[in-house]
Amino acid sequence: MSKKILLQHINVPGIHTLETYVAHGGYQSLKKAFSMSPDEVTEEVKKSGLRGRGGAGFPTGMKWSFLDKKSEKPRYLVCNADESEPGTFKDRYLMQHIPHALIEGMITSSYALGARTSYIYVRGEMMNVIQILEKAIQESYKAGYLGNNILGSNYSLDLYVHPGGGAYICGEETALLESLEGKRGNPRNKPPFPAVWGLYGCPTVVNNVETIADVPWIVNNGGEAYAAIGVGKSTGTKLISACGNINKPGVYEIELGVTVEDFIYSDQYCGGIPNGKKLKAVVAGGSSVPILPAELILRTINGEPRLMTYESLSDGGFVSGTMLGSGGFIVYDEDQCIVRNLWNFTRFYHHESCGQCSPCREGTGWMEKVLHRIEYGHGKMSDIDLLVDIAKKIEGKTICPLGEAAAWPVASAIRHFRHEFEEHVRNPESCCKRHLHRSMELVH
Amino acid sequence: MSILSSNTIQEITKLKSRYPDDRQKSALLPALHLAQAEQGWLPVQAMDEVAEVLDIQPIEVYEVATFYTMFHVKKVGKFVIEVCRTGPCCTVGAEEFVQYMEEKLNIKVGETTEDGLITLKTVECLAACGTGPVLQIGPEYIYQENMTKKKFDDLIEELKIKGLKDV
Repeated sequence: MSKKILLQHINVPGIHTLETYVAHGGYQSLKKAFSMSPDEVTEEVKKSGLRGRGGAGFPTGMKWSFLDKKSEKPRYLVCNADESEPGTFKDRYLMQHIPHALIEGMITSSYALGARTSYIYVRGEMMNVIQILEKAIQESYKAGYLGNNILGSNYSLDLYVHPGGGAYICGEETALLESLEGKRGNPRNKPPFPAVWGLYGCPTVVNNVETIADVPWIVNNGGEAYAAIGVGKSTGTKLISACGNINKPGVYEIELGVTVEDFIYSDQYCGGIPNGKKLKAVVAGGSSVPILPAELILRTINGEPRLMTYESLSDGGFVSGTMLGSGGFIVYDEDQCIVRNLWNFTRFYHHESCGQCSPCREGTGWMEKVLHRIEYGHGKMSDIDLLVDIAKKIEGKTICPLGEAAAWPVASAIRHFRHEFEEHVRNPESCCKRHLHRSMELVH
Repeated sequence: MSILSSNTIQEITKLKSRYPDDRQKSALLPALHLAQAEQGWLPVQAMDEVAEVLDIQPIEVYEVATFYTMFHVKKVGKFVIEVCRTGPCCTVGAEEFVQYMEEKLNIKVGETTEDGLITLKTVECLAACGTGPVLQIGPEYIYQENMTKKKFDDLIEELKIKGLKDV
């Protein structure tokens, strides 16, 4: 059995309540953290090698150490619970079932950062999760884990849940901060980074739900113990949300280092592809990361078995590799149409572009239109290179990474499945027959 | 005469304490959720009243309400059914399911049934990709996962009864 840090007690009845959570070792990290200085806690997180679990994989301890400590302004910790990356549903699962894991993490992390007020920004659609968290926070206040002078430590913290309004872009940390200030979710130019100029212009750290929920274990067991799990710079465990054409969709906590093949075919995880179909492709880390065909997701270009680690998944760069990203693992069987799936994702990015930067606002719309006409049998051969060209002209030319997120799927799908696009242009009747009867009009 | 109830205005006023004194605008998104939960949608007057409670300009409310997809600035049905149309759900039949919903309700996506009971919308990823097809039902945003035609038929019957009761 693989090591469990976050989901160890997931099946315990009542684990969403404070009483049961505490009975299973919950909230122990508070005492331990309060016996250390805030910088010592940060030091343990640094030693653990924990990397941001939202998608970027930036070392968490380092992010914390960038916080402007000279500033006399208040500091904030903001949890990014705006989980909206297609394929990703791990944070919702965690918050819904073990809300106190996040709250405990928020308290120990806020202590390390010197924050006196912290917010959990939850996407508005998850009203159910918001209610669960609100209730759990109330329990935590009552037990004296939140509020003034927590457990006699002299440290005080207020924690609030803040609902979003339905906008993928607010998962980008500066857009999230704008949104939390009551504005449209338009990402800010960086620098200055949130560590210096974040919420209300104050030093701020924004961390993903899973990242924060990992902190109590690190405080309890030490950074080195966490770093001992996993492979190389991919330390610890990771929640992977698996979906698409697999027998057992769901959220799995893996020790980083499991092979991709094992993850897809083992009964412990996805349990293989239904109906004896063949594996065609995988999007391994949420819709934004490059798609890989079966042979490249299972083995690197050098023939090494591909592992579920940051390094192994990105082996080969974007020519033959991809990214671990958010852990949103989408599996496609042999019947799936790459063109149609790409059109769908591109429509998503067009819909979710905030409209601030022209390359993204216009480019995502152009890509959607071109893909739509290829998919519906009106494409030209030159459209394929046109798509590559548009993707190139978005990448790196926008304020936030939504531009790249929209461009990478297009570039990678054409890189690995160009023949399928050509076949759509050459012989539209043979591809996706079931869709051709549908209207040419875009459904918005 | 205000259209938001005194209870909702009180709730919004309470929300302000979660944010620093000079940053009350932060309460805007949660305030709009409360206003919409009461009204079913966001008429201009409701947005103006939210602006007044938060001491900001009405335009600051409009620009936010129109940016976020959860806020309805046009009248919608008593229940809003929002079904996910994004990739992972489509690998497990969401496209065919949306077609079925249209046929069953006899409306197209974006429309409201003649009796004003149900508005059908498609939305982007609801973070429930392992349990697709998935939809949510407003005003409470209740998730319904692993949707089938049968489950949808039952749901519509349930909403019809619920809709009658409240009249």
